[in-house]
Amino acid sequence: MELEDFINKFAECFNQTGTELFKPDTEFRKLDEWGSMMALIVIAMIDADFGKTVTSEDLKNAGTIAALFEIVKNK
Amino acid sequence: MPNIKVKGISAAVPEPVEDNNDFPLLTETERALFIKTVGIRYRRMAPTGLTASDLCLAAAEKLIADLNWAAEDIKVLVFVTQTPDYIIPNTASVLQQKLRLSKNCIAFDVNLGCSGYVYGLSIAGGLLQNMPGAKALLLVGDISTSTISMKDKSTAPLFSDAGSATALEHTAGAQIHFNLQTDGKEYDDIIIPGGGYRNQLNEKLLQYVEYEKGISRNGLHMKLDGIKIFNFGLREVVPNIEELLTEKGINKDGIDYFVFHQANLLMLESIRKKLKAAPEKVPYSLYDYGNTSSATIPVTLVTKLNHQLQAGRVKLLLSGFGVGLSWGSAYIETENIVCPKMIVI
Repeated sequence: MELEDFINKFAECFNQTGTELFKPDTEFRKLDEWGSMMALIVIAMIDADFGKTVTSEDLKNAGTIAALFEIVKNK
Repeated sequence: MPNIKVKGISAAVPEPVEDNNDFPLLTETERALFIKTVGIRYRRMAPTGLTASDLCLAAAEKLIADLNWAAEDIKVLVFVTQTPDYIIPNTASVLQQKLRLSKNCIAFDVNLGCSGYVYGLSIAGGLLQNMPGAKALLLVGDISTSTISMKDKSTAPLFSDAGSATALEHTAGAQIHFNLQTDGKEYDDIIIPGGGYRNQLNEKLLQYVEYEKGISRNGLHMKLDGIKIFNFGLREVVPNIEELLTEKGINKDGIDYFVFHQANLLMLESIRKKLKAAPEKVPYSLYDYGNTSSATIPVTLVTKLNHQLQAGRVKLLLSGFGVGLSWGSAYIETENIVCPKMIVI
């Protein structure tokens, strides 16, 4: 699992946020489009594409996309 | 489970319809994303005074008439609900007298929600095991809209009201297979914390608390941890179904339809893909009827598979999962069953 692949998959979950905004240090919970629905969509993506379960605590603890990637990778 | 056959299924909903496109606690963009992702647009909302038992009664009366069953032949009545008419007595007794069933009919309630239809089939079928020739009614329904706060965007756009009736008969040679499970460690992932005997009714319970913007409820309202339940569904449903199929030697490709508890389209599509089931084998009713708790499976059967169920042989895999946490699957083969159109009252 590579960070670049993770960021691309993460970005594909969003409809209205420009792809240029998805970087390793992006604080995803501060994106305008982020909300409870997006959380479920991201969780479903990580389950389907990476076979890992992400909790609401994981999403809260991960400040950035790179931090979330590390959490997922270490599960 | 041997010698049990499903003879008919009916369902009833209240007439008033709520449209999630009008839901005031979500922005227009959020509403569109909600409807696309969760899959629920319309919800049925029972007016004050109309209960789950009323909806089930209407479904049962129609089913009994269409089957031409004699009331005295019905020996079992199981009512699965989390919204009974009263705390005491059990609502099954109320239904037994309204349906004019005999005194020799076993009647009781079961407190289960999302898994309740599958559990109910197992309970009613189990009771019929020792009653050759006997008939059973499984009545399953809820008015969950009565349990949610309209100021809570995490629950209000999900829930809807419905009742159902399923007719079962002791028939030699017929089979239904089950795999039922429970995990009480997460009992409070979906909970109405107050109003029972652990947290008895008091004035404090009636006070609204704002947990975050758009999420306000009091102690008598349902609380639902959406992410925990979502992960529970992703984690447990597929292994439960695959265990059933493996243990009973059932060919997954031979199943005509997989009918899931209608909780959340995103979750159900994830489950469908994990099972490698073709989209045309997985009907959804949640766009039009929402999450009707224990009734989602019969509501889907009645509204989406009505013709197929009446016209011939159908192999069904049913799966319910949620509150408890409780989940289970059932494999059923039906043949030309009675399945009237959705009743609206």
